Amino acid sequence: MIARLTRSFLKVPWSAQLGFVIIALNVIAFVFAPVLAPYPETQIIGRGWEPGFWAMDCSDEAVSQRGPCWSEFNTGRVEGKAWLGTDHLGRDLLTRLLYGARNTISIALLITGLSFFIGMTFGFLAATMRGWVDQLISRIVDIMMAYPTLIFALIILSVAGTSTLVLVLVIAILDSTRVFRLSRAVAMDIVVTEYVESARLRGEGLLWLMRREILPNTLPPLIAEFGLRFCFVFLFLSALSFLGLGLQPPMADWGSMVKENSGVITFGVYNALIPAFAIAFITIGVNLVVDWFLRKAAGLRDEY
Amino acid sequence: MNSLGSLIVRRLAFAILTLFIISVLISVGVELLPGDLARSLLGQMATPETLAALRKELGLDQPYHIRYLAWLGDVFRWDLGRSLANNILVSELIGVRLENTLFLAAVAAVIAVPVSVILGLVAALYRESFFDKFVSMTTLTTISFPEFLVAYILMVIFSVQFPFFPSMANVTHDMAFWDRLHAVALPVMTLVLVVVAHMMRLTRAAIINVLSRPYIEMAELKGMSSAWIIVWHALPNSLAPIINVIVINIAYLVVGVVVVEVVFVYPGLGQLLVDSVSNRDLPVVQASGLIFAATFIFLNLTADILSILANPRLRHPK
Amino acid sequence: MTRLLTMTKLVIEGFQKDGWTTIVNGVDVHIDRGEVLGLIGESGAGKSTIGIASMGYCRAGCRIVGGSIVFDGMELTTASRRALRRIRGRRASYVAQSAAASFNPAHRLIRQYAEAPVRHGVLARIEAERNARAIYRRFNLPDPDRIGGRFPHQVSGGQLQRAMVAMAMACSPDLIVFDEPTTALDVTTQIEVLAAIKDAIKDLNSAAMYITHDLAVVSQVADRIMVLRHGDLVEEGRTKSLLASPRRSYTRALLSVRKGGGERVAHPEQGQRLLEVRDVSAAYVDGVPVLRQVNLEVTRSKTVALVGESGSGKSTLARVITGLLPPEAGHILFDGQDLRPRFFERSKEMLRRLQMIYQMPDVALNPRQKVQEILGRPLAFYFSMRGSEKQNRVSELLEQIELPDHYASRYPSELSGGEKQRIAIARALAARPDLIICDEVTSALDQLVAAEILKLLQRLQNELGVSYLFITHDLATVKVISDEIVVMLEGRVVEHGATNEVLEPPHHEYTEMLLASVPEMDPDWLDTLLATRVGALLREGERMHAPE
Repeated sequence: MIARLTRSFLKVPWSAQLGFVIIALNVIAFVFAPVLAPYPETQIIGRGWEPGFWAMDCSDEAVSQRGPCWSEFNTGRVEGKAWLGTDHLGRDLLTRLLYGARNTISIALLITGLSFFIGMTFGFLAATMRGWVDQLISRIVDIMMAYPTLIFALIILSVAGTSTLVLVLVIAILDSTRVFRLSRAVAMDIVVTEYVESARLRGEGLLWLMRREILPNTLPPLIAEFGLRFCFVFLFLSALSFLGLGLQPPMADWGSMVKENSGVITFGVYNALIPAFAIAFITIGVNLVVDWFLRKAAGLRDEY
Repeated sequence: MNSLGSLIVRRLAFAILTLFIISVLISVGVELLPGDLARSLLGQMATPETLAALRKELGLDQPYHIRYLAWLGDVFRWDLGRSLANNILVSELIGVRLENTLFLAAVAAVIAVPVSVILGLVAALYRESFFDKFVSMTTLTTISFPEFLVAYILMVIFSVQFPFFPSMANVTHDMAFWDRLHAVALPVMTLVLVVVAHMMRLTRAAIINVLSRPYIEMAELKGMSSAWIIVWHALPNSLAPIINVIVINIAYLVVGVVVVEVVFVYPGLGQLLVDSVSNRDLPVVQASGLIFAATFIFLNLTADILSILANPRLRHPK
Repeated sequence: MTRLLTMTKLVIEGFQKDGWTTIVNGVDVHIDRGEVLGLIGESGAGKSTIGIASMGYCRAGCRIVGGSIVFDGMELTTASRRALRRIRGRRASYVAQSAAASFNPAHRLIRQYAEAPVRHGVLARIEAERNARAIYRRFNLPDPDRIGGRFPHQVSGGQLQRAMVAMAMACSPDLIVFDEPTTALDVTTQIEVLAAIKDAIKDLNSAAMYITHDLAVVSQVADRIMVLRHGDLVEEGRTKSLLASPRRSYTRALLSVRKGGGERVAHPEQGQRLLEVRDVSAAYVDGVPVLRQVNLEVTRSKTVALVGESGSGKSTLARVITGLLPPEAGHILFDGQDLRPRFFERSKEMLRRLQMIYQMPDVALNPRQKVQEILGRPLAFYFSMRGSEKQNRVSELLEQIELPDHYASRYPSELSGGEKQRIAIARALAARPDLIICDEVTSALDQLVAAEILKLLQRLQNELGVSYLFITHDLATVKVISDEIVVMLEGRVVEHGATNEVLEPPHHEYTEMLLASVPEMDPDWLDTLLATRVGALLREGERMHAPE
């Protein structure tokens, strides 16, 4: 089993291998955060914005040899204390990052899952039933999509408040419009095939048609889309948190971590970039895998 | 011509309907959401008297359709009410901000559109070459980056390490054009990077999609050169999707700048919206929401109509 | 005569799922100036690949691995792109199967005609366009002076195909490659295009390579024929001698394919009325009428063939009978009972008794289900069969369609086209139906495979007494399988009767046209036909209209 997995892993192009490794690292962080984290989630271990491994020796001697330091913030790190430095309150960034992975990834997954459940149900329904059902759902979705998602979300959040439940529902429903469009389109291609017609003429019910005839044949594009939507949701959630309207403190969350630490970037303190890079890291990983998957699904024509 | 005309009219009607529905949602629907607006504005400690007073002030005691019509009439007279936060006229508050946002979007679009279309064309032409792979890796990375990361990286490089441009994109009304450009250099670069990545990928995909058609093989068997095939055979047929991509990205530039404006503290509409949402300054939220919606719908409509016009089957019906 | 093209030991590979596989396996091809070579074979024979290789071209996912291609003294396999471009379109040109797909939708026909001569610097645009109009006139295109100003989607299929033949002539090439140029067309339309192709070859006195799967068609134009199979040469010879005395059994099978068919036996229940279609009219959503007062009857254990060209409404009639499209007027009786207009209003029992088999076996079977699931579902659904009972019945069905038992665990993608069609037949049989509607069931298959399927259908009728409503555009299959023929044109029945009555004169004029258009294995058939009155009508692209 493991040997087979390894063999098929080695056959994959290097970019997708990288993507798989990144995803695996995130899964490990997700699962083992309490074990891997060097400190408890909220423990303050030092000054605010202490530098990590990049800390510079700013003694006069070092400066005379190498040139001036970027900023006084980058000095004074206690050896072996916080490898990625500390946040604005002096908490260990690596610890916050690991716990943040739990919150952000699980909520993004929850939203994407919900969005797919809603989008695929309605998409398949519209494609299978056609007629006025399709017209009604499609027009509603058209109207929802005629409005920029971020603004839509901001307005709803301004009224309904920024609780996690509202956040999950709002993003999932807004995002499900895109899932709807895709699943309706791919299901439409399947619905018109003769094997679905033949199942209809046999007298099969709606649920059988959707579950047994349509779903298995629409899986590859939908799986790829799940990856892309997850990235989008992840970025969207981070952007909202960055704007102060996403996951609320004291929940550790990558977008909020960027926001909390971003004020001092202009002074040369780059601790805020670490959670930002973590966000980029996971979305790049997923994107690389999706890219490979899509190419594979589209046939091997590109690869000779 | 008839079917073309009716198609366009239908799109137009749908856009107007959409705008209408969204205006209803923004003006009234917002209050249907859970949570009492007046209470949430005043907090849990409010007395019933102050609550009732505020409700009256906001017009919350009137039936929905009356409130909507009154609000719509005001909007047409460009009377958008007063901000709850500082009692300034919303129309004044928004006017300058909208201008700033449009300026930022316009500068970014002028750079991004030609760059991404040309890059997309070249990548499609030299498909699977080193250049193509390099560009597609780069754009994939850019797409995966949150916008604020792109913005901060640029800020670190061009403002902190090498102070070419200001990290705060502050523009005022009396600034000269070049000073303005200098001030918005970093936000523009951020937007261009993000938008080019999207546009270039989709342009490339649109052209490659056309290149797999039988009439392209026919052109090759007629001995035509690659450049001629791209320009004469592929481009006219991928025009509709490319136009779509461009307009949708311009729409994104107008409404998607929120994060970038916040990062660079740019006095635009997006920044205002975020502030008003945090303050629950409803009149401002409603007004800016409506303006964003109108812009977005108008641009989408333009994309629809242009791609209908770019389709020879619709332009020359049987 | 001098040699124009020589391909020696040509080997071409294509990229498939598990790597490179050979498409063309060391074939030698040569053409003299002014000679017409016919390449014939079933799908997968490699004939199209050889055809475009003669222009030094290889499709994406293919590569020339060995051999040489010499065009008028020049080696093409090693030639530069520039040198190849100077040959393509100017000295060798190509006519594709689908003109609708091979014309650029964004440009007018005459601009596309002029593209090659102008870009190659052979002619000025005005001259090229004058030539185009002359050739359009020669090919009997309607309004030849102005048709060039149209866009491809504004012109009918047969006209567009003629316009493409014209385009191939634009630079007066030495060689024209015709790649299945009439395969996608109706039989009556095929005549006008074939006539244009013959004229083109004669006028230019150029060499040609004519690629097709239809031996009768190729014998009308070719001087010499090469029979290909799985990338290998089977047999080569002058057209007349190859038709008269084929040496290989494969060629003989191709030649005799239209005569096949099984023995028919009378069934005890034969003659009872099963399906009655009474004055049925139907239209699609946009209100365009597709069926106008159609009457039809199918009796037990008999086969009724419904014949017509594309647009005649024959497939729409099948949709009306199965309940996918409710009729606007008229009604349908099944075994004396009124059939509800929509399939979901019909009882399960009624649905069971009426089954359908489709044209494209590739899309008729769910690719994510194994054969045992495909065949097992109707058994479970209609007869509540479970476990070993179901299993045994699946084996029995596989036996009936002459497939081995272990096919039950295969996916459709692991089957050939003919095997897939057999599974589709078995799926219909699983319901133990009284009537099976067969919608063009053989037209997507290779000829030899199609003949096998017809034989199988006949045998099953003999054994099980099932009735068929056999929808087809191909009169050749009709002769073999049907008891009765119904001819449709523009949504009306123009002729019906027992098979031998309809096929013997006197005919309705349209039936005569249809019959005359079926190509025969006689090299002089086309010339003889074109000399007749019907042939002249066909050549002009004249269409019959249904009587009001």
